[in-house]
Amino acid sequence: MTLDDLLQGTGEWLRGEGPEVDVVVSTRIRLARNLADFPFPNRASALQRGEIESLLRERILQLADSWQFCYFALHRLPELDRQFLVERQLISREHAHANGQRGVAIGKGEASSIMVNEEDHLRLQVIRSGFQLDDAWHEINRLDDALSERVCYAFSEEFGFLTACPTNVGTGMRASVLLHLPALTLAKQLEKFFRALQKMNLVVRGLYGEGTRASGDFYQISNQVTLGRSEDEILRAIRETVPAIVDYERHAREVLVREMRSALQDRIHRSLGTLRSARMMTSEETLDLLSNVRLGVALQLLDDLTVPRINELLLQTQPAHLQKLVGEEMDTDQQNIVRARYLREQLRHVQLN
Amino acid sequence: MKCFSCGKPATVHVTNVEPGGQKKELHLCQACAEKMHLFQQKQLSLPALVHALLGAHLGPAVEEISRLHCPACGIGFMEFRQQGRLGCPYDYVAFRKGLLPLLERLHRRVRHRGKVPRRCLPDTDEQRQVIRWRQELGDAITREAFEEAAVLRDRIRRKDFHL
Repeated sequence: MTLDDLLQGTGEWLRGEGPEVDVVVSTRIRLARNLADFPFPNRASALQRGEIESLLRERILQLADSWQFCYFALHRLPELDRQFLVERQLISREHAHANGQRGVAIGKGEASSIMVNEEDHLRLQVIRSGFQLDDAWHEINRLDDALSERVCYAFSEEFGFLTACPTNVGTGMRASVLLHLPALTLAKQLEKFFRALQKMNLVVRGLYGEGTRASGDFYQISNQVTLGRSEDEILRAIRETVPAIVDYERHAREVLVREMRSALQDRIHRSLGTLRSARMMTSEETLDLLSNVRLGVALQLLDDLTVPRINELLLQTQPAHLQKLVGEEMDTDQQNIVRARYLREQLRHVQLN
Repeated sequence: MKCFSCGKPATVHVTNVEPGGQKKELHLCQACAEKMHLFQQKQLSLPALVHALLGAHLGPAVEEISRLHCPACGIGFMEFRQQGRLGCPYDYVAFRKGLLPLLERLHRRVRHRGKVPRRCLPDTDEQRQVIRWRQELGDAITREAFEEAAVLRDRIRRKDFHL
């Protein structure tokens, strides 16, 4: 498998199927793990980083064929390719921009990935489309078990899985759900929710993780605490909270349709109109406009488009994807021109009703 | 003048007066001097800074905690506080006292509940030893002490935890 093979599809998390997919885009769980007998990556010498990478690479590729991992040495990939992997949520921004020997293993269908030498020696990740917390946990737990039979983890009875940053110690688990909440955003109801979430040790972030703004009405909800609560307890908090938010979002959408139908339709069609006719388009504007169109699709106000189709456009219009699609590096202005042209072509045949 | 430890230009010059009145000179580069914790005293002379960095009222324990160094990877507790990242898994043993209040603030609980790996290293002494050897191996290679490096590499290999 090469990176260009990935470009053909959208990967697991944007498949646009699964439970509650009108509101829940994807479910993701990651586990932080370290080898018992090496310094953490930030403290490791170049030599040690190399040893860690080759050991882990070898053991990951030994895993059963069912995982079908493909390994990429990130320090040998051009910046554009690394950015491409960030946009597909297969590696973190930090991992893309770091220095030194490091890599990523990508599993079948991009449903799982393993970062090597990120902040910790190992960052395991499983993504599912829609709200599939238990399925994601089952899968990552299995992957973790398989790996722990091949390497010796740093673990203490008192503090659990030992990590470079004390914010991850214990279970080393971060479970997050990516939600599309346009109606609650419009109704200015989100503040209330986020305060309630805090009390349950859950945090809200933007689309691309820590410190990013919530663009296009996309929000990530994840657990804050990793020590002193079991995986089951952490997952339970999310399992109980997310359906409530989904219900409120759906209710808010119903109210919008009932009481502001014309204004809502106007907003959705104006967004689609701009996407179909603009000559320059930034990725931020694209995200905001596609968010409106996604709402229209979920409410069946636009018959000719589907959620997977919107997801595909969201992904392919990201800067690195666009440049890979065109096959050359471009500056921001050129990107905006090409993005607008791509969207016009893709949306030209959509029937308006 | 060259660093006595690694051969780079020496910028730190220390004169030790031995009990018999004999003077002993030591010339080091900045990095090696830091590695040997020669700047420790200076840090400790700034208790206000220590207090601010710790951000907690640890009382008289502050000085003791701020002086901690991990015997495995060599990182100092203050270095961890500045970077926010630990140096190796053994830090959780070496810095336990300093970490507990921090973990309590972050997680409100300080004892692990949940999954236990199928295989792990229960013996932390062994863990400390191997990480220490790995650090020494790196130093030996930098110094081009290849015989010493070979011995260390052999020791590490015999302890292989990942078989």
